[in-house]
Amino acid sequence: MIAKQASRLTLFLLLAPAILWLGLLIVLPHVEILVLSFSERVAPRVYAFGFGNYLEFFTEPLYWRTFARTAFMSILVTALTLVLAFPIALYIARVAQGRLKAMLLLLCLLPFWVSELVRTLGWMILLRETGVISYALRSMGVASQPVELLYNDGAVILGLVYGGLLFMIVPLANALESLEPAVVEAGYDLGGSRWTVLRRIVIPHAMPGIVAGCIIVFMLTVGNFATPVLLGGKNGLWFTEQIYAQFITRFNWPQGAAFGMLLLLLSSAIVWLGLRLTGQSLGTTLKQA
Amino acid sequence: MNRPSITWKLYIAAFYLFLFAPLFVVAIFAFNASPFPSPPWRGFTLEWFTGSGAVFGKPGVLVDPIWLESIGNSFKVAIPVALLAVLLGTVNAWVLERAEFRGKTFVAMMMLWPLVIPGVVLGISILAFFSRVTNGLEDWLQTDLDFLRPGLPLVVLGQLSFILTIATLIIAARLRKFDRALEEAAFDLGASRARVLRTVTLPFLSPALIGAGLVALLMSFENFNTTLMLVGSEAPLPIAMYGQMREGASPAINAVSLLLMLGVGGIASVFALTSKAER
Repeated sequence: MIAKQASRLTLFLLLAPAILWLGLLIVLPHVEILVLSFSERVAPRVYAFGFGNYLEFFTEPLYWRTFARTAFMSILVTALTLVLAFPIALYIARVAQGRLKAMLLLLCLLPFWVSELVRTLGWMILLRETGVISYALRSMGVASQPVELLYNDGAVILGLVYGGLLFMIVPLANALESLEPAVVEAGYDLGGSRWTVLRRIVIPHAMPGIVAGCIIVFMLTVGNFATPVLLGGKNGLWFTEQIYAQFITRFNWPQGAAFGMLLLLLSSAIVWLGLRLTGQSLGTTLKQA
Repeated sequence: MNRPSITWKLYIAAFYLFLFAPLFVVAIFAFNASPFPSPPWRGFTLEWFTGSGAVFGKPGVLVDPIWLESIGNSFKVAIPVALLAVLLGTVNAWVLERAEFRGKTFVAMMMLWPLVIPGVVLGISILAFFSRVTNGLEDWLQTDLDFLRPGLPLVVLGQLSFILTIATLIIAARLRKFDRALEEAAFDLGASRARVLRTVTLPFLSPALIGAGLVALLMSFENFNTTLMLVGSEAPLPIAMYGQMREGASPAINAVSLLLMLGVGGIASVFALTSKAER
């Protein structure tokens, strides 16, 4: 009896940090913004329950357009990242051997240990009007005037794809690693072309890695703040920026909380949809990464 | 597929060029003797690291109190985050790997949850919740509780909310590999529970503890999204850099970035070495 009580006490003590962490830093704060998002100001310093913040989102074009734009561009960025990363992952997993393989993977990892802001700074120095590419084009005689490559959607997409690459390559390479060479050989022996083998054997095998990579890249892209703001400037128009503006600049917390809930909903919906469509579970997906 | 075509090889080469181009230009222009981080090249200088400001009007990073202070703020956040992440992560890993109780799968799922919440949302939710708690407590206790207002302590909590998940996963993965016969042998030889923990289990876990600590340190140092929402008047490094980049910065920011790259590279190689020793 005493032993049982002692073990229950031990269990409680072991669980206490997890309960404090998840309760105070995750669950209650989310309950707070959920409640906050449904409160409207009816008079100075007086708030009441209402759907006003969500209505405001749907009636103000700037808000829902920014939201739709963020969602759409994030999907585009995810697709582009997948296409760009696939040949690299395939090379690392299937072609490169020994030290070359380890080195290629390590070289992929290195830029991503450096702060996102440093990477974005690099792109700003390359792309801006007075930047390296503009300067190179002028000195080669291709352009006669400075070329502004920054502050447009292309720059935002470039920056976001760059930021997502690693999170695509690692799960892809992990998934491709386990593909038996004999299976690929058999595909060729049975008369499959390069393309058929890729489409019917390699890609289906890599599916768990593709899903994991896409989900992670999408989440990181949708939730990104610095890259669209710095590379897009006034044209960046990212939804996280709206959340920041409501919370910090305008001090309209209920509106910002509603936006936060919408972003969370979007991100969770896409993750859920991705898992559902491909029959993967969250646990195994995160393990892939 | 084992004979890569020349286009494929060219693509790989172009890809790695693309990967390193931004970092390369950041590093190069830290040494350019020009008031702006842009071409043309005006000669090599260390002014942006150690200069007193006599040449370009702005001092170098290593003597500029503004930059030094923000680097200091980053450490004030990163060190507590790393220590707490390792300490609490070890307990969490124990819960995941050793304890048996009803609802354990639920707790395990909950622990993964912070990874799928956008950082900005984590930031605003913690900001709003702690603001309500602080208002309530201040009314009740009739004192000021400034440490729960936006500022470095709140940044520590905000970063910990998701870094703890990662630390927990790293430590739990190592604990899963542990052969419990070793512990039983120690018990049979008459060791107390505390002694077994100290002489058998923790030494086995130590590579993961160091690894988790370093990863937490790095993630804390470069976190931007969550930090942005919780920061007060004392800006950690990424926030200070962001402010400078919006204004159009001097090459001092390149110098800071280069130092950051070197620091991160150093920590990452220590991490790579410890995880190699683990295998």
